[in-house]
Amino acid sequence: MTDSNSLWMSGNEAIAMAAYEAGVKVASGYPGTPSTEIMENLSKYEGVYTEWAPNEKVGLEVAIGASFAGVRAFATMKHVGVNVAADPLFTASYTGVRGGLVVLTADDPEMHSSQNEQDNRNYAYAAKLPMLEPSEPAEAKELLKDAFDLSEKFDTPVLFRITTRVAHVKGVLEKGDMRESAATCGIEKAPAKIVMLPGNARNRRKVVEERMAQLKEVAESDAFNRVEKGDTRRGFITAGVAYLYVKEAFPDAAVLKLGMSWPLPERKIKEFAATVDELFVVEELDPFLEHHIKAMGVECRGKDCIPNQGELNTAIVRSSIDPDSTPELFAPPELPMRPPNMCAGCPHRGVFFNLSKMKDVFVSGDIGCYTLGFLPPLSAMDSCVCMGASVSIAHGMAKALGEEGKGRLVSVIGDSTFIHSGINGLINSVYNDSATVLVILDNRITAMTGQQNNPTSGCNIKGEAANAIDIEELCRAVGVKHVEVVNPHDIAACRKALKHALELDEMAVVISRAPCVLLPEIKNAPHKPYLTQTENCTGCMACVKLGCPAISWTNITPEEAVTRGYKEKQKGFAEINEVQCNGCGQCATLCKFEAINRKGE
Amino acid sequence: MAATGNILFSGVGGQGILLASEVTAYALLSAGYDAKKSEVHGMAQRGGSVTAQLRYGDKVYSPLIEPGKADILISFEMMEAARYLPYLHKESKVIVNTQQIKPPSVAMGQVPYPADVLDVISAKGIRVVTVDAFDIARDAGEVKAANVVMVGAMSAFLPMDAEVYENIINTRIPERFREVNLKAFAAGRKITV
Repeated sequence: MTDSNSLWMSGNEAIAMAAYEAGVKVASGYPGTPSTEIMENLSKYEGVYTEWAPNEKVGLEVAIGASFAGVRAFATMKHVGVNVAADPLFTASYTGVRGGLVVLTADDPEMHSSQNEQDNRNYAYAAKLPMLEPSEPAEAKELLKDAFDLSEKFDTPVLFRITTRVAHVKGVLEKGDMRESAATCGIEKAPAKIVMLPGNARNRRKVVEERMAQLKEVAESDAFNRVEKGDTRRGFITAGVAYLYVKEAFPDAAVLKLGMSWPLPERKIKEFAATVDELFVVEELDPFLEHHIKAMGVECRGKDCIPNQGELNTAIVRSSIDPDSTPELFAPPELPMRPPNMCAGCPHRGVFFNLSKMKDVFVSGDIGCYTLGFLPPLSAMDSCVCMGASVSIAHGMAKALGEEGKGRLVSVIGDSTFIHSGINGLINSVYNDSATVLVILDNRITAMTGQQNNPTSGCNIKGEAANAIDIEELCRAVGVKHVEVVNPHDIAACRKALKHALELDEMAVVISRAPCVLLPEIKNAPHKPYLTQTENCTGCMACVKLGCPAISWTNITPEEAVTRGYKEKQKGFAEINEVQCNGCGQCATLCKFEAINRKGE
Repeated sequence: MAATGNILFSGVGGQGILLASEVTAYALLSAGYDAKKSEVHGMAQRGGSVTAQLRYGDKVYSPLIEPGKADILISFEMMEAARYLPYLHKESKVIVNTQQIKPPSVAMGQVPYPADVLDVISAKGIRVVTVDAFDIARDAGEVKAANVVMVGAMSAFLPMDAEVYENIINTRIPERFREVNLKAFAAGRKITV
């Protein structure tokens, strides 16, 4: 970084800066890996209103409203969030915009932190919207600003697609010019354009086609889609992060680099194809470009040799195209796996420990840190589909199972996910009368994505005081009569509450309430760990079965057992790592032998 | 064009890999290199195996290190060094903190922590430097500076003088932690220089 103006930023930090430089005035999003840090960073810039919305549909509608009011507006979400926001998205394609409107989708090939790896380029095709797609942070920053200009010029929302390896990659870039919206802020009534009744919508439908035809001409320009001259024996058409892998695997080859992945520049593609002997289309996930290029009548290769699952990298691109280039690597040694785990002191553990003991109960799970309740030793989750699905899936099972399902169906959902879309499922369960138990794991924060505030937290995106939704009152308001709040760290009390709720013949809610241990106020509180009096340990393993990362088990031989003063048949003993322990005390409530006590007590 | 250098940071979520990779990245950038770094966020961070991949050179395209191409592996946990053996080549340099963190199956007593786990690396003729980063950091005055001890130990394998790193510590780390981090860096560097 020789130039002192240079910045070292992640793709998400760069995109936040670009939104500021583009003159965005209103931005709304729902946290979701790998998109979260965009809104977090944007909230630190002056003059931009930012918020966490309860879900992606609301976030996009907020952005559409701001655009209708004539300011530049931005909505951010992860790939599956676009499914939630798809309803307004498809019709905003017809209404067009006043202030520039960009919808960012952060896709997660390889599913580093996601439940599927859908390719959201398909949304651009389906919603008839232009899509821009950068390869790296520096390009993301400039391309996002162009997206806002394009949006206003062509009266269209613009989709902006990044992937994990753009969002969470750091690179060198520079501050850029500030841009301004061509729109003026104010109320402007344009019913024929933005009241989407059938008569108006039919007219707008034609406008959409005209717009896409104009955008095809934009795609032909070098501004978004450029040819890099090179060896023409093999030519590559590529977009997004795959471009970087092509440049490393085949540094001398001719490349058509697409920054706009929809609509496609047909003339440019045909001209480029004519200059090369063999044409490869290199893209992550679906054969999106490949199918459309083949439909143009252009012969090319792609997914016949390049994987359509998971991330690509330089080695995969090279060896897919040149199988002989596959290098010999050291074989991976056999090692114990190290999967992610709930933190030491995580309140969710108390609930899942109890559920793990209820072998005939089906646990319908949801999306968040608590999905880790699926992993051993707790293994207490039996399904997990999408945000908010836990309670509705339990309801569906109850209706299918009838008597057989009674007292056996539990759904678990976090506070943020409950507000996101779980509340609708709860309303349905009350309205259509099923008797399942919904456990709301209220840890006061959206934890998995890195502690973002939500409508129940009492703080807004900037950490300032905000109105807080009372979860108990909300549940009662939709008609749940049995709402009980428990402390999940008290294992016995938690078990009693769950058992009682399962015995009821009506929809019941148990709110497990204790703060996430990663919250600063918990992290920075005086450290009061529990300690093991190993001389009292009988090796019953009750505490070990919690699966807490602070507790470990040591196997011993009969001789060692005797030496340590244990019964000869004792197989080992448990120990708490004082540094890792967060002092939740769940293990202490399970120990019947005075072997676990709080330090200093 | 000079070949791109590849540094793989590995460890367990929460060990301070991010700060170590940032200090290294800033040092490379101030020496005039282009760089890219790939990190893992979200689900993968919750106590699981994590990496940061840092690449530098005249011009870096891909943010990901190819298997077999890591020139330096700096691991904050012993088993997590062995896990990335397929990323190494014969000339790789490996710097390992001697800390052992038990993964769930070991903590539950189902399998032992692999004995002599670094032997799988040295058996390939690859140089492994072990660093008691916690002890060294404690001596320097703050156990949390163990990650900077590791950066110090690694710095001998990168083409920059100590001043470059010291300058980064002086400008990028809050003042009250500078002294201890400078000491930690120097103590780490002494191991390998």
